[in-house]
Amino acid sequence: MTRTHAIEAERLVKRFGDTLAVDDVSFVVPEGSVLGLLGPNGAGKTTTVRMMTTLTRPTSGTARVAGHDVLTEPDAVRRSMGLTGQAATVDELLTGRENLRLIGQLYGLDKSYIARASDDLLERFSLTDAGDRTAKTYSGGMRRRLDLAVSLIATPPVLFLDEPTTGLDPRSRVELWEVLRELVADGTTLLLTTQYLEEADQLADNIVVIDRGTVIAEGTPLQLKDQSGAASLVVTVSRADDLELAEQMLRDHVAEVHADRGARQLTAPAEGVAHMTRIAGIFAESRIELDDIGLKRPSLDDVFLHLTGHRAEDAAADEQIEEAS
Amino acid sequence: MNDQIGTTIRAGRISSPDVRQTGLLGQSFAIARRNFIHIKRMPEMLLDVTIQPVMFVLLFAFVFGSSIDIPIEGGYKAFLMAGIMAQTVAFSSFIVAVGLTADLEKGIVDRMRSLPINPAAVLVGRSFSSVAHSSIGLVVMSLTGLTIGWGIHTDVFRAALGYLLLVGWAFAMIWVGIWVGSAMRSVEAVNGVMFATMFPITFLANTFAPTDSMPDWLRTVAEWNPISSLTQAVRVLWGNDMPLHADAELPLRYPVAFTIGWIIVITAVVAPLAIRTFRRRTAD
Repeated sequence: MTRTHAIEAERLVKRFGDTLAVDDVSFVVPEGSVLGLLGPNGAGKTTTVRMMTTLTRPTSGTARVAGHDVLTEPDAVRRSMGLTGQAATVDELLTGRENLRLIGQLYGLDKSYIARASDDLLERFSLTDAGDRTAKTYSGGMRRRLDLAVSLIATPPVLFLDEPTTGLDPRSRVELWEVLRELVADGTTLLLTTQYLEEADQLADNIVVIDRGTVIAEGTPLQLKDQSGAASLVVTVSRADDLELAEQMLRDHVAEVHADRGARQLTAPAEGVAHMTRIAGIFAESRIELDDIGLKRPSLDDVFLHLTGHRAEDAAADEQIEEAS
Repeated sequence: MNDQIGTTIRAGRISSPDVRQTGLLGQSFAIARRNFIHIKRMPEMLLDVTIQPVMFVLLFAFVFGSSIDIPIEGGYKAFLMAGIMAQTVAFSSFIVAVGLTADLEKGIVDRMRSLPINPAAVLVGRSFSSVAHSSIGLVVMSLTGLTIGWGIHTDVFRAALGYLLLVGWAFAMIWVGIWVGSAMRSVEAVNGVMFATMFPITFLANTFAPTDSMPDWLRTVAEWNPISSLTQAVRVLWGNDMPLHADAELPLRYPVAFTIGWIIVITAVVAPLAIRTFRRRTAD
């Protein structure tokens, strides 16, 4: 039996004038799993999602959603997926319930079904009390939740989320993650784009890292972390004056030390727990007071730096392709 | 493979509801209803077809009314009404453009396009609500006109034809609105472009003053201005027209035919441009 893929991107290319926004992107998302499309601003994430959701026609290549081709069966694709775009696209002058009803009507759902589904969704997204207020009065987190609820009115098996938590405060972000986990537990296939490595780490079964329109890595979060190599030893001194002395002391025991004056921190390649304990002992015998000493596992941020040679945030100013699209 | 996906989804807890296939009309009405809710929530959106034209009627009627002598029943005030109404329906392009640009900017159009609906529903729905919007204006202005001495002096058929031409004009102007709305990147830009073009076009005509006393070249321009055909047609149909001067241009001599012609020509020329610009704006 062949494995079924809820989403397949096949050599997607999108060219805007002279700019190659997406250059030969392929991946598959098994049914019921979560794919994180990770990359900085302008990497081509939004353009990729727009091609997969029939909003933008690929220059070449194609994609299939729930087995339907975006080029030849766009209507079947639209029937099998929900899309929550980068900015919350709820209608501010409509109440939460009216937003749900409008989209439900456009799907051709029956009146009583829309009423029931709206009640369920509003409750599930903690919006019951706000359901009859205009969306203008909602907080950023509430708008995002309503936007997501609207995408779910026809219970699509596949859901595309373009930077679902951009601009949310940390608490709203964690709340939204919770909701997304529930959806996945119910069997929904999720593709989400994000600039936040932590978000991909938290939610995704598989991650595709995209930079400047091309896939530069893919795998599980664990596999990607393994790629970026060893953990590091981090020492934080209590007094900034001690940093230089501490650095000299540390140099006697490790190959390479990086000092961060602002954070009063020294970073060195780790050589295991025993090694760290020995170094802690050396500092304990000296007159240098430490705030903290420990091993830091590589984050996806390190992975990105390792893969692209630049930090994820740095690329933001590079290109503005996605905004132009 | 499709079957397999279907089975797995049914086996899981997801069960998708029956999606009825709705037609373009039903979808367009759903979208138009949304625009009506907007008006209900923000009644000030109607200012452009209520307070503004009423203010124009009163300003023009009382400021110019005494110095422009129109030899018809009701005088300048009665003459003015068709002009103001023509200007208001011409401005319906404004309403469409502003609404469409706002929806494009906010991603609402993309949200609609990601649904299994006829892509035209977004535009048709917007047209419905825009024509309703203009029609509210026509009612408000007619009532205002009645209180200051304007009236229709012909039969019901001609009265209705006059209104029909105005509404038809509003429909043609929708395409101009879709064109401008799709081409502009912000509501501010739409406002700028529309003010800079629609105001001169609606004033350089017979809307607010007879063309008789204009310099020759200006009179020719004004009388060939499509808005003049509409205004003249409505005046003739309602019995608010004054006798034409001897060398009036063709459009003023056959205003109803010219108005119908203009509606067809504007639609035929602008609609393909509008659709192409809208597609290009949204599909890439």
